[in-house]
Amino acid sequence: MTMRHLPPLTPTQVAELQDLALAVRAHCVRMAGGGGCFLGASLSCADLIVYLYRHILRVDPRRPDREDRDWFLLSKGHDVPALYGTLAELGFFPRERLERHLSPDDCLYWHPNRGVPGIEHHSGSLGHLLSVGAGVAIDLKLRKQKQRVFVLLGDGELNEGSVWEAVLVAAAHRLDNLIVVVDRNGFQANARTEDLVPLEPIADKFRAFGWYAAGVDGHDFDALHDVFSELGGEDGRPRAIIASTVRGRGLRSLEARADRWFCRLSGEEVAGFLGELQGGGALDLDTPGLVVR
Amino acid sequence: MSYEKMLGDLAERDERIVVMTAENRAAIRGLPTRLGARFVDTGITEMTMVGMAAGLALRGRIPVVHALAAFLTMRAYEFIRTDIGITGAPVKLVGYVPGILSEANGPTHQAIEDVALMRAIPGMRVFCPADGQELLAGLPDVVADPHPWYIRYVDVSPRLPHTGEFTIGIAEIHGDECGPPPDVALITYGYAAGEAHGAAAILRWEGLRVRVVNLRTLAPIDEAALLDACRAELVVTVEDHLRTGGLYSLLCELLVERGRRANVRAVAFDGWFTPALLADAIVHAGLDAGSIAARARGWFSPLEVDHVR
Repeated sequence: MTMRHLPPLTPTQVAELQDLALAVRAHCVRMAGGGGCFLGASLSCADLIVYLYRHILRVDPRRPDREDRDWFLLSKGHDVPALYGTLAELGFFPRERLERHLSPDDCLYWHPNRGVPGIEHHSGSLGHLLSVGAGVAIDLKLRKQKQRVFVLLGDGELNEGSVWEAVLVAAAHRLDNLIVVVDRNGFQANARTEDLVPLEPIADKFRAFGWYAAGVDGHDFDALHDVFSELGGEDGRPRAIIASTVRGRGLRSLEARADRWFCRLSGEEVAGFLGELQGGGALDLDTPGLVVR
Repeated sequence: MSYEKMLGDLAERDERIVVMTAENRAAIRGLPTRLGARFVDTGITEMTMVGMAAGLALRGRIPVVHALAAFLTMRAYEFIRTDIGITGAPVKLVGYVPGILSEANGPTHQAIEDVALMRAIPGMRVFCPADGQELLAGLPDVVADPHPWYIRYVDVSPRLPHTGEFTIGIAEIHGDECGPPPDVALITYGYAAGEAHGAAAILRWEGLRVRVVNLRTLAPIDEAALLDACRAELVVTVEDHLRTGGLYSLLCELLVERGRRANVRAVAFDGWFTPALLADAIVHAGLDAGSIAARARGWFSPLEVDHVR
């Protein structure tokens, strides 16, 4: 892993990230119309994905498969609307393609797959892509290449034993080119993580397994920049960044609602949520007739 | 030539090959020295090993992974199906001590549903050598083939005389190949092929015309050889695998699909076999040549009587 201390973000760069994240959130809301999507979870990791693609990952939208790219693997695959939106905004494919979300004529379905430019591997079944990422990382080591592998995990996903198996093995093989980002939004599908299978202290768990771990506010671009620009050098330790986030971030009416997992919105609700993203009033989700499911 | 030597040679000639194990090195002890960093031992972690193999394949590698068949095919099943099956990654999954070869380990170690599980994955290919000679005959083609493969690892001394070249999807046939249909066709694969071959000798001595079809690969299968063998008066599938989902199922599926009738019986497991050393286990399970021959004779006799009438 190369040591990279990046200069701080300028106010212009922060504003650009905010605009990009807003555009991505709007794409997520529109994808929640029609057949719906996992909206709350997509919104929690939108800032993380936007930040990583804009400032950390060395990727080329015109040549997504170039040999010298960094790898990004979305292990919590149900958040893929945030990734679709980001890839479209960055030019991996035309924005218009998002209108074909869930169409059988395209492959923008509820979980990621390699038919979408920029997506490296499919996911959806939780607890898989840390081991896949470790395989990519060990190959980069074998070839003495300096790219890095980023794997975005959900916090609920940390229930899966296969995650911890891969955490052990990544440390054993000294994969310091492997960086886990945990979207710590505090929820799994139907419950708060700490009410169901408590996870804390997450960072200490990774440290106890031989990883470097740090926490960060997953919605604060300056803080993200501080953490990701100082991931350190080749010390043999894989990295885990625990990013505190809010499920449904950007839509006050949806934030931190345990009962809003999958959302299928009517046209009116899409319009209402788009307004809310822009600072409009919050929708009352408990109003009879709303079809947020 | 040993499996280890051949795999090491293949890996030295092809930089893409990475040899992996979930801490089971019985057949590959010398490879860490030979292959260096291209030998990856993940510890007792079948899921992670398979996931990592998928990642290595994304980078253009050909991972050849090793674990006990029971744990590889079942503990890591969803990883095999999802991370290798969905993309058709060219990962080679080598399952040790499959079927009857788990001997006295007990039901935890009995991979007797592995063929059913692996052939249920779209695009997965399945290689079931009868012995070490056949394993080595097929290994270069299987490793070079761009599909994912499950290798039901059998590395014992030759169990039957092998004829002809190894070709993926082509069965090895013993006994009359032309002329009138045989009295009995024994269709088999893997370790059981040796016992089927022995049973055929007994039945021939008793005066029956017997053909043995050793399939070698169960995906793809040699449909022509199967359908031709099904012209026999009696067809017996012989496998150290559960009756469900293995060769017996596969053959019956094929016959129904082709609208063909045949008198098919199964020598297979209907549950866990009694754990014991191999020689005892195989007799106790009724999978030894003598038991197979006796059962085939019993199934054949009523047919014979029918003919006389």
